[in-house]
Amino acid sequence: MSPAVDVRQVHKHYGSLHALDGVDLRIGQGEFFGLLGPNGAGKTTLINLLAGLALPDGGQLSILGHDVVKQYRDSRRLLGVVPQELVFDPFFTVRETLRLQSGYFGLRRNDAWIDEVMHHLDLTDKADTNMRKLSGGMKRRVLVAQALVHKPPVIVLDEPTAGVDVELRQTMWQFIQRLNRDGHTVLLTTHYLEEAEALCNRIAMLKHGRIVALDSTQNLLNSVVGCRVRLKLAGVLPAALLPQMIEQAGEDYLLELPSYQALEPALAELRMAGVAVQELSLLQPDLEDVFLRVMQVEHEVARPC
Amino acid sequence: MLSFNTLLYKEVLRVQKVAFQTLLAPVLTALLYLLIFSHVLEQHVEVYPGVRYTAFLIPGLVMMSVLQNAFANSSSSLIQSKITGSIVFVLLAPIAYWEFFLAYVLASVVRGLVVGVGVYLAALWFAQPPLQFPAWIMLFAVLGSALLASLGVVAGIWSEKFDQLAGFQNFIIMPLTFLSGVFYSIHSLPSFWQGLSRFNPFFYMIDGFRYGFFGASDISPWFSLAVVAGCLVGLAGFTLALLKSGYKLRL
Repeated sequence: MSPAVDVRQVHKHYGSLHALDGVDLRIGQGEFFGLLGPNGAGKTTLINLLAGLALPDGGQLSILGHDVVKQYRDSRRLLGVVPQELVFDPFFTVRETLRLQSGYFGLRRNDAWIDEVMHHLDLTDKADTNMRKLSGGMKRRVLVAQALVHKPPVIVLDEPTAGVDVELRQTMWQFIQRLNRDGHTVLLTTHYLEEAEALCNRIAMLKHGRIVALDSTQNLLNSVVGCRVRLKLAGVLPAALLPQMIEQAGEDYLLELPSYQALEPALAELRMAGVAVQELSLLQPDLEDVFLRVMQVEHEVARPC
Repeated sequence: MLSFNTLLYKEVLRVQKVAFQTLLAPVLTALLYLLIFSHVLEQHVEVYPGVRYTAFLIPGLVMMSVLQNAFANSSSSLIQSKITGSIVFVLLAPIAYWEFFLAYVLASVVRGLVVGVGVYLAALWFAQPPLQFPAWIMLFAVLGSALLASLGVVAGIWSEKFDQLAGFQNFIIMPLTFLSGVFYSIHSLPSFWQGLSRFNPFFYMIDGFRYGFFGASDISPWFSLAVVAGCLVGLAGFTLALLKSGYKLRL
């Protein structure tokens, strides 16, 4: 079975900028995959190469086994892309836009599916409204609908929720998750890490055009060793625990322990010092911790060069 | 095939949605030229024996409108969709580069011809040039507008801003049309300018087109046909190569 997305040793330069520097990536069919990275890391460049909006300087990319350069018609038919920029054709209504997009993909009578997509994205009321008259959020919905008119097996969303209200995010993710359950592969880039954490089963992190982390979301979360404990104490933190303290505000302390096993000795220390624990909460690591750590480590490694 | 049909349909639909600007305005412009030039020159010039100046002028103005509008259509549609970013929808679709080329060129030919017919019909009120060889008229109108539409595709791809496109229009298209014999026969020019006119492809398009009306022309229509067809084949090849390479469209 061909991977949904196969990227091998891909390089892309823009002038002196090495936007992608030997990227290797395989995304299996049916995955919900997240591509994360700071601005300028190369996420959109990679998506543009997959979509044929840019051409690679080296390496190969394919969608379900179809090379995006040599077999561009097949690969584009299999791909639905929601671009990052809020673009629209000012001459047409929502329905005309979706019908034209269907036609570009060779679909003649597609109204049943167009109606369904509009329904799921709350666009039905706006079907006959000119694109110019829509709000930003509504235009974004049309962009999502346009990417889905041909029921692409691989859906690419490039920061689809940037500047979008909570309601649309909810409706959109429900619909995309349903498509994912039905077997569509989803590749998502986003700046909202909690979104990636909740939706993606696997994540790659990109920095300076290179993949610096690639694993299942769970493994990435587990890779944050240690745990953080927030304590409210009826007294002063014993000196033995000071090295673990990373924050203090009055009686509230935040400790970082090397592992869960270190929790019991720490509590024993407090008991021996006669300091009562009034409140205790364990903080779960989230993707933001992983993200910051990965980006920072890379930074430190990169510094000597 | 449906991808191509849809893109062609979209381009024609665009023209129709802004018909006031794409169809009506150019007809009005041509009529103003006709009104002024015929009024000033009617008594002074007789280009072909027995042909009034106004009648002589009409085919030139019709062809000028056909050519300018064919160019304006593909170039402005491309630059608008590049600037608004909506060209991405076409670039993401499984449309071959040659389908892209044909759709933009054909839609522009359609606009050129519709404007041409409009100018012709409106001009009949002023004078009625004969229609000696309608097939020649059609042939030159189609080939000429396809040539300018192809040039429009190149200009639309190359330009990044509206003023670059305007430069293309003001410094290439306008001088070549005005120096091509729209308003005069090149035989009325001094020999230096006559010689120079022969390097202007627009001259052959206008002269061949006019032959279809009067059965008379400055040079053989067959020679004009060969020049126009040759230019079209060369430019179309160049444009297709540009599109295939993704120049300025697929970065």
